[in-house]
Amino acid sequence: MGEEILRIEDLHVSVDETPILNGMSLTINRGEIHVIMGRNGAGKSTLASVIMGHPAYEITKGSIHYMGANIEEMSVFERARAGMFLSFQYPAVIPGVQVGTFLKKSVQSVRDEPLKGREFRKELNAAMKTLEMQKSVLSRYVNDGFSGGEKKRLEMLQMLLLQPTLALLDETDSGLDIDALRIVAKGINSVAPQAGSLIITHYQRLLDHVQPHHVHVMIDGVIVESGGPELALKLEEQGYEWLEAPKEA
Amino acid sequence: MSDEAREAVGDYKFGFHDPENATIRFDKGLSEQVVRDISALKDEPEWMTDIRVKAYHHFMEREMPNWGNCGELNNIDFDNVTYFLRSSDATEKDWDDVPDDIKNTFDRLGIPEAEQKWLGGVTAQYESEAVYHSIREDLEEQGVLFLDMDSGLKEHPEIVKKYFGTVIPYSDNKFSALNTAVWSGGSFIYVPKGVHVEMPVQAYFRINAKNMGQFERTLIIADEGSSIHYVEGCTAPTYSTDSLHSAVVELIAMKDAKIRYSTIQNWSANVYNLVTKRGVAHENATVEWVDGNIGSKLTMKYPAVLLKGEGAHAEVISVAYAGAGQHQDAGAKVHHLAPNTTSSILSKSISKNGGRSSYRGMLQVTPKSHGCRSKIVCDALMLDNDSRSDTYPTMEIGNSTADLEHEASVSKVSGDQLFYLMSRGFSEEEAMGLIVNGFFEPFTRELPMEYAVELNKLLELEMEGSIG
Repeated sequence: MGEEILRIEDLHVSVDETPILNGMSLTINRGEIHVIMGRNGAGKSTLASVIMGHPAYEITKGSIHYMGANIEEMSVFERARAGMFLSFQYPAVIPGVQVGTFLKKSVQSVRDEPLKGREFRKELNAAMKTLEMQKSVLSRYVNDGFSGGEKKRLEMLQMLLLQPTLALLDETDSGLDIDALRIVAKGINSVAPQAGSLIITHYQRLLDHVQPHHVHVMIDGVIVESGGPELALKLEEQGYEWLEAPKEA
Repeated sequence: MSDEAREAVGDYKFGFHDPENATIRFDKGLSEQVVRDISALKDEPEWMTDIRVKAYHHFMEREMPNWGNCGELNNIDFDNVTYFLRSSDATEKDWDDVPDDIKNTFDRLGIPEAEQKWLGGVTAQYESEAVYHSIREDLEEQGVLFLDMDSGLKEHPEIVKKYFGTVIPYSDNKFSALNTAVWSGGSFIYVPKGVHVEMPVQAYFRINAKNMGQFERTLIIADEGSSIHYVEGCTAPTYSTDSLHSAVVELIAMKDAKIRYSTIQNWSANVYNLVTKRGVAHENATVEWVDGNIGSKLTMKYPAVLLKGEGAHAEVISVAYAGAGQHQDAGAKVHHLAPNTTSSILSKSISKNGGRSSYRGMLQVTPKSHGCRSKIVCDALMLDNDSRSDTYPTMEIGNSTADLEHEASVSKVSGDQLFYLMSRGFSEEEAMGLIVNGFFEPFTRELPMEYAVELNKLLELEMEGSIG
């Protein structure tokens, strides 16, 4: 496997002094696709936000290393510029800002070298073709009036253009019909070979289209079980009960 | 009258007297003699001198307006204002006197040095003669008159006399009286019947420096079935040591005519910007105000439309940006005075660093005006908790068939928006700039391209240093 992209060690995280992550560890190498499954409230989305640097979360113990360096002091945009990307479960609406303008400025701010207009348009056209998107989306306002599927496609478009080193996908598959799911999977599969990928999901069905290397189960802010793709299938059939600690010993 | 001013005029023939006292008067403060001197200097017809003098007396007697942030107006020291914008070298200041933050903004906006000096009040005029003349020629071929107001009065006194003060008489309010008494500069435009001026006509400093006076007076007449888009102002900060600016703009759209008047103003933070703008729309005519207010200490500006003819339409789109120590008190007034008239008002304001922006609107439908429709939308965006936004809508609806909509919203930049944008590589300041530009977009898209680009850039600069 490739070089180490992300290393999380014994991570404890709180929001407003309520602990959410309680000592989780995970290492992702280049080319690997990791999947984290778990119930609502298990801490999955918190994990994605913390890795991206959301200011509301406090790391009380443990560390996150990205490309070998501790990133605790890096702000959100510095992480983005260093190659980290988060596909949001609920992407924000930015009224009045056209998608085309937004994409160009975003790509420009993440890349070191100046962006040439013509080359960018070429890249953009290719990525939109892959994701089967209409040109008309470029003149709409960012996520404004978008359906759930349209939002997720726009997230994938951004991911293709930004070519991240670490791709975090927070429930990118939820609420999608089968066509949209296939397209989202296309986006993931085109970025994954060069990146480390972490997919957070409730469902096994995305995994019909994306081949993960590792599947982890998160309960109460810790990883309780790890395995290969077969673990996802087992969860789909049997649920999470068999992994939960008995309430009364 | 000062010696320099006298030298500029050349002699004493216009009845200046009492030279000792006149020196003080002409530099600061107002009297009937100052008003007469201004008129004499310009060699104006007697009727204009008479209007000025009447207006002066009205100004002296008239109480302060009761519409707007009126308490603040009492802080204006009328004796400490220069009422005549002297031309030539007399107005020039030292470049070193222009504050650094304004110079920096010029640099960041990429404004050429010569224009910077004009904007900074260092040179009195900056004109690109070639551009100005080619536009003038195009317009002349169509029979359009486009002059500065002083020349308009000289060359077309019959038209000016017919319309001057008919939309905004000097007795309208204290500041229209002041403007009528001491006006200088501004634009005069007459568009003949059926003529459509395709390109926006710009009184931008780049083509006509005379339009940026302290007490400018603009009069635009669009004759039957004609149309014109007039653009004035500029996005770069206009530095002035004079603390009072009080313009009057009158628009007259005859039957089936259309006038759009677009403005962006960005005064330095010491300025009281008190402007009376009003248009008349006759049968099936349209008057549109596109109005952007950035900067100044206090702006009070409520572009108005009198819908006088059946089927007439009014449109007011305005944005205001209030930073630290600033109050933007802006809005719109629409008077439905005839049946089946329609209006649309969109007001967007941003407050930051303790700034205050207010929407103050008046919507009137007279009893005989059947079938009127009006839509008012006011959106306010607050960038922090120290800032303030208020809405003061007034409605006087005298006819029950009126169809009215009023929407108002106040929003804050959300943490979700910032996190999202920052996760895409934007710094917090850049993210704010993007959100602010997006918020103003319904206004910006109405502007000619070069203004839109400059405005967006300026707002991005404004976001710098605003975080934390």
